[in-house]
Amino acid sequence: MNLEKVIFGFFILLAATLNFGFFVGDIDNPGHHDIYELFAALVVSLIATMLKFGDRTQIGAIHLATSLVADLQLIAAAMVWGYAAHITADGLTGEMTARVVSLSGGALFANVVSVVILIAETIMQRR
Amino acid sequence: MQPPLNAPLARHHSVFFMIMRRLRAPLILLIVIVSISVLGLTLTPGVDDEGRTHYLSFFHAFYFISYTATTIGFGEIPYAFSDQQRLWVLFCIYMSVIGWAYTLGTVFALLADRSLQQAIAMQRFVRNVRRLGEPFYLVCGYGETGRLICQALDRQGLRAVVIEKDESKVGEIDLHSYAADVPAIAADASNPETLQYAGLTHPSCIGIIALTNDDSANLAISIAARLLAPRLPTLARAETRDTAANMASFGTRHIINPFEKFGDTLALALHTPAAWKLLGWLTGLPGTTFERHRDPPRGHWILCGHGRFGRLMVDAMDAESVPVTIIDRRPPEDISHRWVQGDGTGAAALEEAGIREAVGIVAGTSSDVDNLSIAVTARELNRKLFVIVRQNHYTNRALFQAYSSDITVVPSEIIAHECLAILSTPLLTPFLDQIRQMDEEWCAWLLERMTRRLGWDVPEVWSERINLSRAPALYRRLMRGETITLDRLLRSHANRHEFLACEVLFLDRDDDDHLMVPLGSTPVRPGDELLLVGRPGARASFGLNIANEHALNYLLTGEDLPGGWFWEKLSRKRQARSTRQLP
Repeated sequence: MNLEKVIFGFFILLAATLNFGFFVGDIDNPGHHDIYELFAALVVSLIATMLKFGDRTQIGAIHLATSLVADLQLIAAAMVWGYAAHITADGLTGEMTARVVSLSGGALFANVVSVVILIAETIMQRR
Repeated sequence: MQPPLNAPLARHHSVFFMIMRRLRAPLILLIVIVSISVLGLTLTPGVDDEGRTHYLSFFHAFYFISYTATTIGFGEIPYAFSDQQRLWVLFCIYMSVIGWAYTLGTVFALLADRSLQQAIAMQRFVRNVRRLGEPFYLVCGYGETGRLICQALDRQGLRAVVIEKDESKVGEIDLHSYAADVPAIAADASNPETLQYAGLTHPSCIGIIALTNDDSANLAISIAARLLAPRLPTLARAETRDTAANMASFGTRHIINPFEKFGDTLALALHTPAAWKLLGWLTGLPGTTFERHRDPPRGHWILCGHGRFGRLMVDAMDAESVPVTIIDRRPPEDISHRWVQGDGTGAAALEEAGIREAVGIVAGTSSDVDNLSIAVTARELNRKLFVIVRQNHYTNRALFQAYSSDITVVPSEIIAHECLAILSTPLLTPFLDQIRQMDEEWCAWLLERMTRRLGWDVPEVWSERINLSRAPALYRRLMRGETITLDRLLRSHANRHEFLACEVLFLDRDDDDHLMVPLGSTPVRPGDELLLVGRPGARASFGLNIANEHALNYLLTGEDLPGGWFWEKLSRKRQARSTRQLP
């Protein structure tokens, strides 16, 4: 067992689970989506990206690409949230919540791909 | 950790990913510190301006941490902080300082890292080579020979790419002022991957020159060139006969053994001195003046040092049936020659070998000091001796210059001469082969004729093919059936009564036989290849004569053609009218 592999898998999975936790619930109900969970998902996703840097294989490249997609979606979601909560006069309305959640849904898809690749890689190695 | 100097280069040269990989730990630490700070700030209770408990939102917390961690510091927003919040911010400030210090430290260590610097240099080199749009030669090994060749190529306006193992020599390239940029890399040229990065398979690469001082590396370069770029000419230096035979076995186009080359030259000098002089004059380094040696005399010769060089010298003398006495510590394998034991540096051995009756001596040991000692002693014993000295190291040049031997054998210069002769004019080699078969009288006549017209400075030698791309004007006229003689073409386009300072040495025809020094009345045919020799400047003039219709028309008819689109149209119309009137 390799500690590096454990940490790598842990962060990828955690990024996906946190993202999922934020995503579930009524899409336009602000009460179903905790902002702290979005924050955690974003931070973990960024760390996962950093961990993926420097792998020179083809699979490593796809891993990095999925992570970059997830980061982009989550940062966009956070920015929409910040705009809704602080800049618009109405605050966090149902419409705005739907936007934030749908962006995080996109990130969730990228994270799922990342997890699938992780599993595929593990199965291919047969060790 | 320092990588070994000659480690094969990494497979992937993406510097960006290499940096990101090294910066993984500090970047993760920074992300963690910022996220903990932001999170803590949103959880710490503060007080708003009306005295109610207020928590910072993520937006404000991230804003605050961003300007605090980057040491900008705008103050406390949106309300003055409570003491709990200040306590947490204090903690955040010191954490972020640690994070930045660690990151910067890693970045600086990375910049000073040798392997990164190598990767950056390699990437820059690969980019420079890829962008080369003009034809270039790939020169492996930038020693004395490599330098001479690069300088000569530069003077001829050709580009070169250099691979050299020794980093300090690569640094020298920047110091030698070349007219064109010479991309160079410190790497092992026997690695095929390096050769590919240096442009072996680049469409503009027109030849590979393997000049390293290691025979096995030269062999590796030749075989890589043979397999990866089979259509390119390869010039390889080979110090031993085994290597040369090995290279020849897989079809290396030009193998240059400096000692064998000199052996041939010496044999030629003994056989037909005029041909030897002609050869030296034609293949000298550009920009130098040919030194007129006295001819090596026939008679009794002495050879000191029966090594790799000495053996070839003996072979050359045997071929010309010149008697030779060998001075060496060990007896030679063949017993057909007289042998004197000793090393030749003392008078005793020289006397015993018959120095007073000898006409020439070859000081050919592998030690420069011994060679000079032999030469000085021998000349003291016999003033009229013809002395050939072998110079092994370039650094001893001053000593050899001071001694002024009849011939100094410098392997690096021999290789450079040979390479340049092959590279600049492929037609020169068949011409020189023909020269070797000519008799003394003819060679003397040719040398006299050439040097009287062109002087003793090393001339420019070039070849020109009469085809559509090189000589469009001449080619079109010849295809129309006009008869044009050489005499007409070798004139100045400024004044057609003046001849250009150049001569045609050799005319090669696809179907027909070749002509040595064709007469001025020889008509030119399409597809002919000419070997010309002339003063610098004549080449450009001749190129214009055969390529430019205006210049050619003037040479043939003495009339200037109208220039410019309008006048051309006008004159063509007038011509058309005049032809229409013909029945």
